[in-house]
Amino acid sequence: MTSDVLLLVGAFLASAVEMVEALTIVFAMGVTRGWRSPLIGSAVALMVLGVIVAILGPLLANIPLSPLRIVIGGLLVIFGLQWLRKAILRASGYKALHDENAIFAREVEEAKAAGPGVASGMDWYGFTVAFKGVLLEGLEVAFIVLTFGTSHGSIPLAAAGAVAGLVVVGLVGAVIRAPLSRVPENTMKFAVGVMLTGFGIFWAGEGVQVEWPGGSIALLAVLLLVFGISWGYVLLLRQQRAAHQADRLGSLGVK
Amino acid sequence: MTMRYVKNFGIFWYDFIVGDDWTIAVGVVAIMVISFLLEQVGVPAWWFFFLAICGLLFYTVKRAARD
Repeated sequence: MTSDVLLLVGAFLASAVEMVEALTIVFAMGVTRGWRSPLIGSAVALMVLGVIVAILGPLLANIPLSPLRIVIGGLLVIFGLQWLRKAILRASGYKALHDENAIFAREVEEAKAAGPGVASGMDWYGFTVAFKGVLLEGLEVAFIVLTFGTSHGSIPLAAAGAVAGLVVVGLVGAVIRAPLSRVPENTMKFAVGVMLTGFGIFWAGEGVQVEWPGGSIALLAVLLLVFGISWGYVLLLRQQRAAHQADRLGSLGVK
Repeated sequence: MTMRYVKNFGIFWYDFIVGDDWTIAVGVVAIMVISFLLEQVGVPAWWFFFLAICGLLFYTVKRAARD
């Protein structure tokens, strides 16, 4: 039950955070070049993602669980560590925070510079950029839905969480009609990184025949420990960065 | 033309899975193999598996911060 909730929350957060990024791109296209083509591009991308999940889901479900957990658990740990690495670097100031307003401004400039590009009623620039944006951001969500879903034995539950994230972000975006820059995106990315890594550690461990103390309850402990340790790294790096800056200012003679 | 598509396809999946730091992928595979071997000789490996992944995270974060 607890792991069902965690699965749902993980898929929801991953989908929401990726869709915030996709929405920024679609919104920039819509504002600069009209809404029709970017919306069609987004809808086609969502259909492609749906087809990917619909084809790969049953295929993965037919593979025995143990080898599947080795591969999928391993991929999840790798994927999760990448997210978490970026999130830790952002939270400690070593990497710039993800700024939807800046990304929106850049996309708008590029869309303006691209020229009209309308043929047979379709603006192919707007279509292609929106399609690509939604597809690429959505692929990560599809990957998470498939890996979470198959390892946990419930792709529909993971898909439900992801669709809920998509709907919530889509609705909020439609209501406020602006990039969702006030969403705590960096915090959400940190949370998703913790969940991907935690779930990955648990399932990959089971895949290589590690026996977790307490069985599935260990998943919760793993998630909490991954969070605690990652936050510890953030604090450590912040201290290190502050010390470096103090040293640099000291060497320049600034008090 | 076909070769270019194959190459781009390969680059896309490499970026998608391996990402900025290849040591993560190599480290995870190594940790999984060692854990499997430990379990095969009767040594409980859950503690090693967990600590090694956390150690790998620390290594990759420190490496990125240093760069």
